[in-house]
Amino acid sequence: MIKIEKATYEYKSLIDDSIQQAVKNISLEIQKGEFLVILGHNGSGKSTLAKLMNGLIIPSSGDVEVMGMNTKDEENIWNIREKAGMVFQNPDNQIVATIVEEDVAFGPENLGIPPKEIRERVDKALEVVEMVEYKSHAPHLLSGGQKQRVAIAGILAMNPDCIILDEPTAMLDPTGRIEVMNTIKKLNKVEAKTIILITHYMDEAVEADRILVMEEGNIVMEGTPKEIFSQVEKVKELGLDVPQVTELAYELKKEGIDIKNDILSIEELVELL
Amino acid sequence: MTIKLNNLTFVYNPNTPFEKKALDDISLEIREGEFIGLIGHTGSGKSTLVQHLNGLIKPTSGNIIVDGVNIVEKDANLKEIRQKVGLVFQYPEHQLFEETVYRDIAFGPKNLGLKDEQVEERVKEAMELVGLDYESLKDRSPFELSGGQKRRVAIAGVLAMKPKVLILDEPTAGLDPRGRDEILGEIQKLYQKENITIVLVSHSMEDIAKLVNRILVMHRGKIQMDDKTREVFKRADELEKMGLGVPQITKLMKILGEREKDIKDTILTVKEAKEEVLKYLRRKKDA
Repeated sequence: MIKIEKATYEYKSLIDDSIQQAVKNISLEIQKGEFLVILGHNGSGKSTLAKLMNGLIIPSSGDVEVMGMNTKDEENIWNIREKAGMVFQNPDNQIVATIVEEDVAFGPENLGIPPKEIRERVDKALEVVEMVEYKSHAPHLLSGGQKQRVAIAGILAMNPDCIILDEPTAMLDPTGRIEVMNTIKKLNKVEAKTIILITHYMDEAVEADRILVMEEGNIVMEGTPKEIFSQVEKVKELGLDVPQVTELAYELKKEGIDIKNDILSIEELVELL
Repeated sequence: MTIKLNNLTFVYNPNTPFEKKALDDISLEIREGEFIGLIGHTGSGKSTLVQHLNGLIKPTSGNIIVDGVNIVEKDANLKEIRQKVGLVFQYPEHQLFEETVYRDIAFGPKNLGLKDEQVEERVKEAMELVGLDYESLKDRSPFELSGGQKRRVAIAGVLAMKPKVLILDEPTAGLDPRGRDEILGEIQKLYQKENITIVLVSHSMEDIAKLVNRILVMHRGKIQMDDKTREVFKRADELEKMGLGVPQITKLMKILGEREKDIKDTILTVKEAKEEVLKYLRRKKDA
C-alpha cells in the first residue's frame, strides 16, 4: 500500500536557522488493510511521517511510494491524495461548507466526478459515519465527535484506499472519542480501508494490528500492541502511557506474582486473578 | 476565601428560538483549600459554570458570593474579583500575544499598577511555579516554544495575579502524556505549596482520580453528583449513562470486587489496586 524507503525529512529551525531532521532515514512498509498506530511524544516526528505518506511534504532524501506512485513525481500527486486521505486534529479547520452534505461533496466535486456519482458517494460516506440524519445541518452546530465524523466522510467520498488520521480524537470529549474510534474501526474492518492512526491515547492504540513508536525522528519500537505494551519500562521511558491494567499486571509481576505481562484489557486480567 | 452559588440559572439566547438553559438552579459552595474536579460531557454546562465564578458571565438569576461579595450586584468590583479568581481557559496558549515570555506574563500584574520590581518578582515566581527557567526563557518569543511550554507561559500569566482560587479548564487537552504529566505535577505542587483552592475541569477520569478530593458532576445544566472522589467513582453505572466513565483501574477493581466479596472495590490508582490485589492473592494462598 505505502512503501517508505530510507526517507529523511529536513527543515530549517525557526530559532537558529540550523538544519533539523524531523524524520531520519526511515524505511517502512504498510500492507493493504492494515491498522497501524503511530505513537510518540510531541516533536518525535510522527506527524511529519504521516505527511510524507500522502505527499503533503516530499522527503529530502529517500522515497515514498503510495500504491506504486512516487510522491516526488508531481504528476502523481493528485492521484496519491485521492488514494491516501488525511484527517487532522481540529475538525473546525477541516470543514469548508455551511451544510454537512455540501462539505462531504467538496472533495469529489474537485475531482471532477459527475454529479450523480457525487450524490451516491456522499450518501454512502454519510451512511458509513452514521451522520445521514444530519446531512442538511450546519456543521458548526454539531458536537466535536460529529464534526470529526463529517470530516472523515469528506475523505471517504474521495474513495481512498488508505486513511491517515493525525490525532483525530485529541480535542474531543469521551463520548466523541468513542464515536470517532468506532467509526475508524468500522472503516478498517467493514470498509477494508488501510488505517494509519496517530494518537496519544493508549486505549486507542491497543486496537491496532501493529504499533510504531517514534522518538527523535526514528522508529524505536515496532510490534503488536501486546509486544509493545508488555515493555512497560521502555514505553514509560519514551514518555508514553501504558493501559492501567497492563501497568497493574507489570507491578504484580515485579512483586513475584506469576502473571502474564502482556495484558491489555480488563477482561484478560479479571480472568487471571 | 469561599465561593458560594445560590440558585444560579443561566439561559442562552433568551426569548429566541435558540433559547437554552445552560445552568439550572445550581447551589454549591467552594471552600478554601479544596481541590475540586468538575466533570461532565461537552454541553453539560461546565464551561458556562466556571465563567460565572469570576464574573465573566452574569447569571440570568441567582447569586454568586465571592469572598463575601455578591458579584452579581451592579456595583461589584469585578477587577478585584478577577484577580482573586484566576481562570485558565482551554488552549490558553491561543491567548499569548506579547513579544517575549516576560512581557506576556507581566501583562496582568502591570495592569494591577504594581511597580516594576514587584512585577519582575511576580514573573519570576510564576515561572518557577510552572517549571519554566526564568533566565533562559524570559526574552524568548512565546511563539517559538513547544506546546507544553506555551501552555505553561499562559498559566504563569494567571498565577502572576496571585489568585486565591485557580480554575483550569482542561489544562492538558491536546498534550502528549509527558506534557500532561508535567502540567499536572505542577498543578499538584502548586496546590500543596501555595495554599490555593483549585477547580480542575477535565475529561480524563484518570487525572481526576489522581488529584482531586471532591468531584462535581454536571449533566444537562445541573449538578448531578457532588461528593468525595471515591464516592463519586463508586457510581460507575450512573456516570457511564451520562457519557462519562471511571478510570480503567477503578472499573477493573469493581468487577473483581463483585466476584470476590473481600476485595475493596473503591480503588482510584494503580498503586492502590496493586496493594489490594496482593492482599487478596496472599489470602487466597493462605486459605
